[in-house]
Amino acid sequence: MSLQEKYAGLTNAATAAGIADLAVREQDGILYVDGTAPDGATKDHLWEVYNQIDPNFATGDLVLNVNVAIDAAVTHAKVITESSNLNIRKGPGTDQPIVGKAAHGEVITLVNRSNDLWWLVRTNDGEEGYCYAKYLEPQA
Amino acid sequence: MKTTKFLMSMAIASSLFFVGCGPKDADLQAAIQAKEAAGVTVAVAKGNVTLTGEVADETAKAEAEKIAKAEKGAKSVVNSLTVKPVVPVVIAEDTTLIKNVADAVKSFPTVKADVKDGVVTLTGQITKASLITLMQHVAALKPKKIENKLTVK
Repeated sequence: MSLQEKYAGLTNAATAAGIADLAVREQDGILYVDGTAPDGATKDHLWEVYNQIDPNFATGDLVLNVNVAIDAAVTHAKVITESSNLNIRKGPGTDQPIVGKAAHGEVITLVNRSNDLWWLVRTNDGEEGYCYAKYLEPQA
Repeated sequence: MKTTKFLMSMAIASSLFFVGCGPKDADLQAAIQAKEAAGVTVAVAKGNVTLTGEVADETAKAEAEKIAKAEKGAKSVVNSLTVKPVVPVVIAEDTTLIKNVADAVKSFPTVKADVKDGVVTLTGQITKASLITLMQHVAALKPKKIENKLTVK
């Protein structure tokens, strides 16, 4: 069975969910699926489908990179760590000193999103620095 | 007088010609269009078929032409379909990947990550709930491959 057949359930779900710029390519025995999801729930759904086809993502024959579309007008984000505080750092990287913390569930101000992985934020206390973007959920 | 008659007969003849040809083209267009895949637009003029639009690959392009040629009444087929460009797979450089992977696994203290030639190998332990989050974070860093050797608790 080819990789495209193996993951047909996933690519069909992606098409049905309205993933923008959906690209499915096979290269050196690995399937790369990229696209932009309209919201976080759609992205999570696709990961659940992936987990059903390949339990615990153990095979390593797929790289699923679906990002969530963000409205340019968004100015605030919620901290979505599992339970802990989110470190705010001086620069973009975990090697950078911690200059503050944002609480789990706190809504903070987005200053700049030009770096995909690290967003420049400002807390309500006025602390400014970089947070890992994956733990921030843009607020409509 | 003669000229007028001639012109009139010409007019009648040409109108007959167009009346005779118009519906035939329309029928042919409808018949082919019904058989073509989504994204293919069929146009017919005097039995000559033109295909326009965008399809996924060369196979689909050839198939569309075959369908049109097989239709009775199609004199010629101009295949102007374009193939959707393939977005190349982007794989991050190891130096970038090493830094970004280190950042991504930082919040998962029971997970160790190694990067070599674009391949990210994850070892250690993780909970089922955290596994999806970690995989989502790592997959976004444009690795060549994710070797997940984590024990799921």
